[in-house]
Amino acid sequence: MTTTSAPKVQNARANTVQLTVRVKRGAPGAASHWQEYKIEASPLDRFVDVLNNIKWTQDGTLTFRRSCLHGVCGSDSMRINGRNQLACKTLVADLGYKISAEPMLGYPVIRDLVVDMDPFFGKYEKVKPFLINNTPAPATERLQSADQRKRFDAGTKCILCGACTGSCPSVWANPEWVGPAAIVNAHRFIFDSRDEGAAERLQILSDRTGVWRCRTIFNCADVCPREIPVTDLIEDVKRAIIYGEPDIPNT
Amino acid sequence: MYRGQSGMWSWLLHRVTGVAVLLFLLVHIVDITMLGFGPTIYNNALSVFATPLVRFFSLALIASVLYHSFNGLRILIIDFWPAGAQYQRLFAVLTILLTLAGFISMGYFVLLPVFQGCPGVTCG
Repeated sequence: MTTTSAPKVQNARANTVQLTVRVKRGAPGAASHWQEYKIEASPLDRFVDVLNNIKWTQDGTLTFRRSCLHGVCGSDSMRINGRNQLACKTLVADLGYKISAEPMLGYPVIRDLVVDMDPFFGKYEKVKPFLINNTPAPATERLQSADQRKRFDAGTKCILCGACTGSCPSVWANPEWVGPAAIVNAHRFIFDSRDEGAAERLQILSDRTGVWRCRTIFNCADVCPREIPVTDLIEDVKRAIIYGEPDIPNT
Repeated sequence: MYRGQSGMWSWLLHRVTGVAVLLFLLVHIVDITMLGFGPTIYNNALSVFATPLVRFFSLALIASVLYHSFNGLRILIIDFWPAGAQYQRLFAVLTILLTLAGFISMGYFVLLPVFQGCPGVTCG
């Protein structure tokens, strides 16, 4: 955990600061260890820029995922200063002079900051994250009111970075649990007035590895880089199971 | 340690206080069982609760029961009121404030005999 104050943002482009970056490194079949790097950075650099500079100028073996670098692909979610964040959406100015980086908890580590996302996507697929509608499609489009569209809007913002699922103590305790990200994506279709698969998904989510393992801890909502109120959506799904149907506006 | 916020600490405290209350329940079953052995044995068993050390544990029990109850209400509100989850931080603060208010007032009466220098049962 870092307690140092954040570098000043004023004149940030002119001034660089000396950072101490500690990275928890690990490889298959070996115990993980902390490695420390000293590197110059601007307070306006993103943390992913710092990691790139370390990789390009100091240690080519440092391994981490990154793809779009603009907070949309969800590749570079990792535990920065003890908290899951996207390295490309986090500024050095907000992290301090001493920064720690670890792989997310709750996932098998492949190497350094790279975790195995296969189980995560398996859970995502389990909730059938696609439109289920057996009614023949109308000649134009399936109409929906603005209020009905708004009902599931929050869940549409998910980029499947896995930060929420990796921040959840229920997931750490039971990796079989479906986890917040899959429930968010189930919510996106359960609460869509055009979808007819709600009963099927609610059935999947009401079993032992379903929504009830959520203990309303709110770590998921706190870390979501897309600011999705994840716990609210999980609670929506819980209520849909209790009352037998999702609460969707009729018009 | 994962750097969680109010929600994570509320959950952790809820767990810890839940286990503490459960442990007290076991002690309570033992002390109530003493009733079956007659008034003398029962009164002797209960006098343990008047000693300063056990009074201290009673304080911990009061704090645990109060926190666990108020946080339980917070979780009920989050579960059943659709807008509840948005106010979870406010409720977490209220939970602590209500616990403190209850704890200070009840703790005063638990510790009063100790302050008066007669921690025995007869001091009342």
